[in-house]
Amino acid sequence: MLTRRNLLKSTAASGLAVAAGSLAAPAIAQGARIRVGYVTPQSGPLAAFSEADQFILDGFAATEAGANFEVIVKDSQSNPNRAAEVAQELIVDDEIDLMLVASTPETTNPVTTTCENEEIPCVSTVAPWQPWFIGQQGNPGDPSSWQPFNYAYHFFWGLEDVIAVFTNMWGQLSTNRSVGALFPNDGDGNAWGDPNVGFPPVLDELGYTLTDPGRYQNLTDDFTAQINAFKAANAEIVTGVVIPPDFTTFWTQAKQQGFTPKAASIGKAILFPQAVEALGDTGHNLSSEVWWSPSHPFASSLSGASAADLAAGFTAATGRPWTQPIGFVHALFEVAADAMGRVDDTSDPDAVSEAIAATALDTIVGRLAWDGAGLPPFAARNVTKTPLVGGQWRLKDGGGYDLVVVDNQTAPDVPTGGAMEEITA
Amino acid sequence: MIWVDTIIQGVLLGGLYALFAAGLSLVFGIMRLVNLAHGDLIVFGAYLILVVVSVLGLNPFLAAIVAAPVMFVLGWVLQKIVLNRTLGEDILPPLLVTFGLSIVIQNGLLEGFSADSQRISLGALETASVSLGQISLGVMPLLTFASAVAVIVGLNQLFYRTAIGRAFRATSDDPTTASLMGIRPDRVFASATAIAMLVVTIAALYLGTRANFDPNIGPARLIYAFEAVIIGGLGSLWGTLAGGIIIGVAQTLGAAVNPEWQILAGHVAFLIVLLVRPRGLFPRGG
Repeated sequence: MLTRRNLLKSTAASGLAVAAGSLAAPAIAQGARIRVGYVTPQSGPLAAFSEADQFILDGFAATEAGANFEVIVKDSQSNPNRAAEVAQELIVDDEIDLMLVASTPETTNPVTTTCENEEIPCVSTVAPWQPWFIGQQGNPGDPSSWQPFNYAYHFFWGLEDVIAVFTNMWGQLSTNRSVGALFPNDGDGNAWGDPNVGFPPVLDELGYTLTDPGRYQNLTDDFTAQINAFKAANAEIVTGVVIPPDFTTFWTQAKQQGFTPKAASIGKAILFPQAVEALGDTGHNLSSEVWWSPSHPFASSLSGASAADLAAGFTAATGRPWTQPIGFVHALFEVAADAMGRVDDTSDPDAVSEAIAATALDTIVGRLAWDGAGLPPFAARNVTKTPLVGGQWRLKDGGGYDLVVVDNQTAPDVPTGGAMEEITA
Repeated sequence: MIWVDTIIQGVLLGGLYALFAAGLSLVFGIMRLVNLAHGDLIVFGAYLILVVVSVLGLNPFLAAIVAAPVMFVLGWVLQKIVLNRTLGEDILPPLLVTFGLSIVIQNGLLEGFSADSQRISLGALETASVSLGQISLGVMPLLTFASAVAVIVGLNQLFYRTAIGRAFRATSDDPTTASLMGIRPDRVFASATAIAMLVVTIAALYLGTRANFDPNIGPARLIYAFEAVIIGGLGSLWGTLAGGIIIGVAQTLGAAVNPEWQILAGHVAFLIVLLVRPRGLFPRGG
């Protein structure tokens, strides 16, 4: 019988039990498993990034190192505020020893900031390092005020890499070097179009002319203005960092209005095979940056599986095509297992932070070591870069698309699967 | 030539906005119900058409014809069981309920179809175009515009030539007196929402074939529809078409100057019309 009196009694009793439990906790913590928090956008517009989470977590739990870990997963709902909130919960309520976070600055930045404030070590990935590092600074506009983090570590590539990859790909084609740009008015668009650190100065140096009509709003329904500007400039190359629905609108309208460039190298929009398939047959030979693929010559330090094995395992387990975040989410857990294996007291944040900083590990996304290679001094302590190459989507005979690596000048270890091809009308 | 092209593309874009807005205009005109879930219902319709296309292997246009009766019944039931209970003196309950409905539809679709981007494929028709001199116009935008005009003409015929249209107008003017004459407002409202859902199905077809959609994309498409309804004058269907075109042309003209001004130009046009004609361009009965 549920009466008010009974309810009060029982909740009081269980409250006592909980209180007693938490008092007793430190005594048994010695033999307990290492608690790791993982924040990821499992629902909402960014959910495609976290598609492989369950597969990776199951794989991690099955490894020898994974048995020592208890991974607590929280959904950011693709919302930065929610991401900060669940990070706080993980730190305060779940008393985690280490935070892992992945997928876009909207997820990584609030979580990293929360960890840094709470002095909990944090490893982050799948966001270009500039928005991650600079985006968390008090004054992003003033480089002299930027401070390194004490507990936050990030591995991914940066804007300079994507610029190099795109221009290398265009270099393979004979074009008139006239480039049209689609930069939206958001964090990525403003960074790519930035006159100091974005595409414009590099393209200038390499002898490309850039037609940048201006920052448009995301979810625009019409790109006539941009198409007319590109036609007027006789642009043979189009680049940009565009959200998927906008790129479909642009590409369809461009075809309708008779504009077909020789190369279209687009960030963000054509990351996932589903988005390319939405373009029907017109996605053939679109190009983008490739951060991970089954042909990358790396293997997992946890399971020994190669990149190809991991991708094939994912497809076998879920029936879905491989996507680029799979390797990086896996690598997060490689870093966690490696760093925790080198500390005596896993609940000491300073020791764990030092262990992460001392990492020198060959992972499924390449060698990770926070030694500052290829980075400006201000980011050297907190960021390590992974290799980036260029790829093109090619129509398969039976339908669907394959991502083929076509340029590896930036990372010669990664084999190419062909040469850059022109888009034909 | 670029300016002519810009304006024509703007007019065609306006057709899309008018199509999004027509269902909203109909429902608002008859029962003063602001349906905040309208955008999500369009996305829901797009998923329904997508399912019909992939399960039955039909052409998307035929699939829309299959989906239309389903949406019709759904609209009737939705109005009869849910929305009619919220109508009354207070305008807040329908707003809250449709807002909630919007969240329910988004999350239901997310659960059922995941966050993947989808698109209804039309094959070669997607990128087909016709040339007029130096201007090249897409076949799909032209079809969208033609459909918008056809929907407005059809709804006007229904409103002014049929018995149910008379009932719509009578209930809209004065539900109490209309019910004295033997009209049951709750049924009239249910029929109106059901018809609005037919229009939603047509809008869904063009939304789904034009670009990618995912469960969360509905609300972003709603704001232009609202503006088109308000610019046109509440209750006027031709006004809704005019409103859509004004916003479409303002956007493409703004973008031609600088893409930063594209969205802003549409909103500014909306404010200017409201400033000059606070009741919209063609207010009914005024």
